[in-house]
Amino acid sequence: MSIDITRAEVCVVACAEAFRGDGEILANPIGTIPMIGGRLARESFEPDLVMTDGEALLVANPMAVAADGADRVVESWNPYRAMFDVVWSGRRHVMMGASQIDRYGNQNIAFVGGWDRPKVQLLGFRGAPGNTINHATSYWVPNHSPRVFVERVDVVTGVGYDRAAKLGAQAARFHRIPCVVSNLGVFDFETPNQTMRLRSVHPGVTVDDVIAATGFELTIPEDVADSRLPTPEELHLIRDVIDPTDARSREVAA
Amino acid sequence: MARDKRMSEDDVVAEIDDGMVVGIGGWGSRRKPMSLVRAIARSSLRDLTIVSYGGPDVGLLCATGKVAKVVFAFVSLDSIPLEPHFRAARESGRIKTMELDEGMFLLGLTAAAQRVPFLPTRVGLGSDLLAINPSLRTVFSPYEDAEEFVAMPALSLDVALVHMNRADAGGNGQYLGVDPYFDDLFCMAAEKRFMSCERIVGTEELASGGCVHSLRINRLMTDGVVEAPWGAHFTSCLPDYDRDEAFQKEYAAAAADADKWAAFRARYVDITHDDYVAARA
Repeated sequence: MSIDITRAEVCVVACAEAFRGDGEILANPIGTIPMIGGRLARESFEPDLVMTDGEALLVANPMAVAADGADRVVESWNPYRAMFDVVWSGRRHVMMGASQIDRYGNQNIAFVGGWDRPKVQLLGFRGAPGNTINHATSYWVPNHSPRVFVERVDVVTGVGYDRAAKLGAQAARFHRIPCVVSNLGVFDFETPNQTMRLRSVHPGVTVDDVIAATGFELTIPEDVADSRLPTPEELHLIRDVIDPTDARSREVAA
Repeated sequence: MARDKRMSEDDVVAEIDDGMVVGIGGWGSRRKPMSLVRAIARSSLRDLTIVSYGGPDVGLLCATGKVAKVVFAFVSLDSIPLEPHFRAARESGRIKTMELDEGMFLLGLTAAAQRVPFLPTRVGLGSDLLAINPSLRTVFSPYEDAEEFVAMPALSLDVALVHMNRADAGGNGQYLGVDPYFDDLFCMAAEKRFMSCERIVGTEELASGGCVHSLRINRLMTDGVVEAPWGAHFTSCLPDYDRDEAFQKEYAAAAADADKWAAFRARYVDITHDDYVAARA
C-alpha cells in the first residue's frame, strides 16, 4: 500500500464502489465513511446519483462532511414522508449499519437478547424491513469482529437471502444485498447458496485476519484480490473536497 | 370567526384518561411537544400507550412511570443515538412494546386517518416483525397476482399531541422548518387533537409568515391550541431554535442513576412551563 493512503480511504472507495452502476437513484449511505463514499461515487463515476443533506433536502453539490450547509445547492425537497415513497418505489440504494449480520446477510439493529425484555436495547427496527424488501441494501461495519459477523442474529431486522428465498421469487423480487463493506474487506453473496463470500481484502489485511474476525464460515475464493486504492483524483476529492476535516479517520483508524 | 380553541397544558391533561393511546408528533429529538409531555409527566395519569417516532417524549414518560406500552420504530435523541431512559425501561422489562418499521408506522397512522382497518404493504415480509408481533396478519391480493402482503393495522389514537411554530386561536397550524414530519397524520388518526405552538398569531398573519405549503395543520385537525414559547425545547424547533445539545446531554446523563434523575426531575419537570423556560437557561 502506498505509504500515505489510509485504511479509512480504502474503505471510502469500497463504499463508493457499492453504488457503481446505480444510475439515477437515491443513494442513501448512513455513517461517515459511507457518506463520503457515496459523495465520491457521484463526483466521479456515478454522476446521476441523487443524495440528501442527511435531512430533508436533496443537494446537488459535493457538500463537505460536517459542513454547516451554507454552500449547498438544493435541487429538491425530500421530507421523511417523501422518503418512504422513494423506498416503496424502489429507486433507492441504502447502506446501513449492522450490530449483527449473519452469512445470509440477515441484519440486526434492534436488540440483543429476547424481544420482551432485551439484554441490550439497540436502535430498533428503524427502516430495515422496508428497505430490504423494497430495494438494494448494502451494509457498512467499521468494527469487523465475531460479535458483529455472527452465526445467528438475535432478531432479523434486515432481510437476508435465506429469508428472501423462503418468501419466494415473487415476494422477494426487489430484495438485493449488493455488498458488505467492513474495515477489513469487501464481501458479497455471489455463491450458489447466496452465503457471504470474501470479495477483497483491504491492503494490509490477510485472509486469515478476516477469517479470525468472522463468527461463521465465509466462502473464500482461491485468489482473493486486494481492495482497490483511490486514484489520485479520488484522493483529492476525499481529502480536499468531501472530507477536509478527516472525519473518516475517526470512524476507522489509520 | 371560528371558535377560540386556546387552552393551557393542564387543560390538555384534563382531556386525557388513564390507559389512553396517545400519539405524539415530531421525529426523534425534533419538534416534540415537550411542554405537553412534561405536563403529562407531572400528572397522575398512568398506563398510557405512547405511539411515536420516538425521542425524549417517550423517554421522559417512561422515566416518570406514565407508560404501559410503546408503539415505535426507534426511540432516539438523534445526536445521541439511543434514548437512555427508554433503553432502561426496555431492559428492565417494565414496558410492553409494539415494534414496527418506520414506514409501516406511517401506514398504520394513514389507515387510522382513513378509517380503514389496515393497509397492505410488503414491508415486514421476511423480517422478524411478524414473529415479535403475533397480532400482525397478512392478506392476499384479490387480483390475478394473488401476492401476499402484511396487513398493517390502523394505529387509531385517542389523543394526538403536536407542536408547531405558529398557530391561530382557531386551531390552524404552521410549521416553518424543513420537514412537516407526520404531525397532520397524527391529528387525523386521533379522536382528540391538541397542538402547542411557539406563538399564536392572528389568522391573517399565517399566510404572510411563510409559504402556503407551511400551513400543514388546519382547524379540522385540532381541538385545542396551547401557546407555549420554547414548547419543544430541548428538541429542535427550527427556525425558532435548534436542539439544545448541552441540555439534552444533561437529560441523557440523568438516566445514569435514581438520584441524578430525581434532581433533574425536580429541577426541570415538576415545575410549570413558565418556570421551565426560566430554568432552562
